Amino acid sequence: MKNSLGREIPETIKGYYKEVKPFTGAYDNMADIIKTQVRAKSIMPDEKKVLDNLEEVIKKSGLKDGMTISFHHHLRNGDYVVNMVMNQIASMGIKDIKIAASSIFPIHSPLIDHMKSGVVTGLYTSYMSGPVADAISEGILENPIIMHTHGGRSRAIESGDIKIDVAFIASSTCDSYGNINGVYGKSACGVLGYAISDAYYAEKVVAITDNLVSYPVCPIEISQDYVDYIVVVDKIGDPEGIVSGTTRITKDPIGLKIATLAAKVIEASGLLKDGFSFQTGAGGISLAVAASIREIMKDKNIKGSFMSGGITGYMVDMLEEGLFDSILDVQCFDLRAIESLKNNKSHQPMTATMYGNPHNKGAVVNNLDLMILGATEIDTDFNVNVTTGSNGIIMGGSGGHSDTAAGSKLAIVVSQLFKGRLPVIVDKVTTVSTPGETVDVLVTERGIAVNPKRQDLIAKLEKSKIKVMSIEKLKKIAEGITGKPMEIETDERIVAAVEYRDGTIIDIVKKIKR
Amino acid sequence: MVINKPARAGTLESSDIYIMVQPNQGQGIEIQLDSIVLKQFGKQIQNVMRQTLKDLEIEDIKIIANDRGALDYTIRARLETAINRAN
Amino acid sequence: MNRLRRTILFMPGNNPNMIQNAGVLGADSIILDLEDSVSIEEKDAARDLVHNALKHVDFYGCEIVVRINSPSSPFGIKDIQVITKAKPDAFMIPMATEEDMEEICKLVGKIERKEGILENTIKLIPIAETAYSIENIADIISASNRTIAVLLGAEDLTADLEVTRTKEGQEILYARSRIAHICKTYKIDAIDTPFADVDDFEGLRKDTIRGKGLGMTGKAAINPRQIEIINQVFTPTIDEIEYAQNVIKAMEEAKGKGKGVFSYQGKMVDAPIIDRAETILEKAKTAGVI
Repeated sequence: MKNSLGREIPETIKGYYKEVKPFTGAYDNMADIIKTQVRAKSIMPDEKKVLDNLEEVIKKSGLKDGMTISFHHHLRNGDYVVNMVMNQIASMGIKDIKIAASSIFPIHSPLIDHMKSGVVTGLYTSYMSGPVADAISEGILENPIIMHTHGGRSRAIESGDIKIDVAFIASSTCDSYGNINGVYGKSACGVLGYAISDAYYAEKVVAITDNLVSYPVCPIEISQDYVDYIVVVDKIGDPEGIVSGTTRITKDPIGLKIATLAAKVIEASGLLKDGFSFQTGAGGISLAVAASIREIMKDKNIKGSFMSGGITGYMVDMLEEGLFDSILDVQCFDLRAIESLKNNKSHQPMTATMYGNPHNKGAVVNNLDLMILGATEIDTDFNVNVTTGSNGIIMGGSGGHSDTAAGSKLAIVVSQLFKGRLPVIVDKVTTVSTPGETVDVLVTERGIAVNPKRQDLIAKLEKSKIKVMSIEKLKKIAEGITGKPMEIETDERIVAAVEYRDGTIIDIVKKIKR
Repeated sequence: MVINKPARAGTLESSDIYIMVQPNQGQGIEIQLDSIVLKQFGKQIQNVMRQTLKDLEIEDIKIIANDRGALDYTIRARLETAINRAN
Repeated sequence: MNRLRRTILFMPGNNPNMIQNAGVLGADSIILDLEDSVSIEEKDAARDLVHNALKHVDFYGCEIVVRINSPSSPFGIKDIQVITKAKPDAFMIPMATEEDMEEICKLVGKIERKEGILENTIKLIPIAETAYSIENIADIISASNRTIAVLLGAEDLTADLEVTRTKEGQEILYARSRIAHICKTYKIDAIDTPFADVDDFEGLRKDTIRGKGLGMTGKAAINPRQIEIINQVFTPTIDEIEYAQNVIKAMEEAKGKGKGVFSYQGKMVDAPIIDRAETILEKAKTAGVI
């Protein structure tokens, strides 16, 4: 069958974890739901939570063949915890484990061996890059992996779609009774926003820390009443990989040109006034857009309400300059962000569910005026692919892309018109990550295209003398420069099911052909 | 034109192509192409090279190329330079 | 004045990525450079690349100038022989002398005829970058009827003069003034020397204003990030445009009443003021701001 975007979705997908529901529309499935129940076992006053080693923790947690375990990705490419836990599980002879990790990075390449040996047989994630993503694309697992959005992952956990048996929570700082924060310790990573649903909804919760402190720790982000066991290890991560030193605005003239054009669109939209809120990724062009917004706000003396999402030092600067009242932070990208979270009361942490879950009583994305997004590909229906490269290999994932596009009043995709000869605009994206109905504008260095369903915006831009063209015309310009790329061939086997934030299937990824 | 000696042109920077040419006496045209867009543009790159060779009346040549997303004009220019250097 | 030359942007001639994106950066003219930005070993490669780029890359209406190597070097003449066929808008000649200009003019003419290109299509821009060329700039300009502008090259000039190059630019006051005056005499553009510190945007703005104040009509940029400021300085401001429009309006009203002399805002308006107003409006129109 075809979903509402015309993507072919099989009636049944072998090994998919629930009934196949095709995507029908971005706001079609805002259900009235009952959240799942979770078993909790009392801990007696004389019981100790701190255990001797990982082996003892895994034994006591009752982990068995076929179970699901979870991890958060706040340690990013510096994470030691996934590999540490999986090696222990493998050495104990446990098999057929499903991993629900909010993201997978190159550092997690040892997972490939665990997949080969049958220790790991399933994966749920919101973003993946590096060798594991390559291996999945080549069909290393028998059953497809499931890719969520950040908000969709929380939804899946809270609804019971994913039942986590044991959550392993990398904890930068933890006290002896299981109160956790991410802001202190040698492996500080900042907010733990993506770990919260896991802590609340897993049957057993294990804190893995390299900074055990006396009770009670301050501040507390994940509290003791959710944590079963604590284990101390040498290092939970490599600080070099956890946070980047500084995030820099692009110096590439094309990137800057795109940012300047995007800023003009934002100004013309009328959203840039007192109370303005926005979110942007940490990419070079996105940050350059932030820089342009910063200049306009200073010039016109505009005071914004909040910035949200993954936070960089650049956003912190804007907060400290008084351009915005506050930051709602789901993950810290650099040391400046961690310091600010620690010291500035206007810089608040948020959970992934508060950030983007469509099935709660209103997520932060619903309050966003503006979202600046990237794209690997965008098609003439404005559907965006950030999941696979044009060669069909998985190299990313929605993360918060679909959540913010759906929630914000204005979602702008910024991209070069072509990158390394590949035009960003295509007839049909290789994989749909975010539906076109939630994407408003594409800004490239050679032209701006507005989604035809936003006639109001087109009128505003034309009033401001900003040249708008159809996305078909822009595509033609790109192909005039690069030539038309040949379509890639894929195998029939499905290696990933891509879920929209509401849990319906928006697309599937097929095995690549060598 | 005839390829007398090995020569090279271009760089491995983004949007460029690094081309080595070698004599291939009596063996015709032989192209070894590696590209970051091989699946999408491999055929097109080969076509541009063959057209360039035709324009320069070259019948025997071995080309080893590493493409970093170069557009047609760059592929043509780099091949011309390499061939001129091989003369 | 049918073409603006506010900003002319230098782009290295052997870099495909920069060449193919040059047309979208907002410069009025682009200089594809075969000289200083290309190493001796890559002169042939840059020449082939620029030749092919001129034939196939869309520069969205920007004026395309190719800076050749010095005609006295082993590369300069070959540059012209190859590139002329691809019809650039102009060649830029480093260290140009009267003889260079004459010789190049003849050579370009010969190739134009051979290739069936309309005679005098390809223009010339000499760089004045020696004390000699500053002093003899009038002869250098008039050595060819293809000359459309002069670029002041302050780095080489100050080296020739053995004076220190400063941000304030006191040492090039004479050269700027002289070039501005002589170019005006010949009704061609006077392009100011580039500002070397690509991270100092306030300095760039001051330096551009200084050159403009002496009569320079445009400025070279060595980094795309310099374009916006240079364009701003050389584009009439909203106040200037409004003033000019009002002067013209007052003039037309006076004409209607049969008055030859009239005043605007209490000041007598005479021919030079009207000329100036018309020039501002024409510039603004060409720049697309009115």
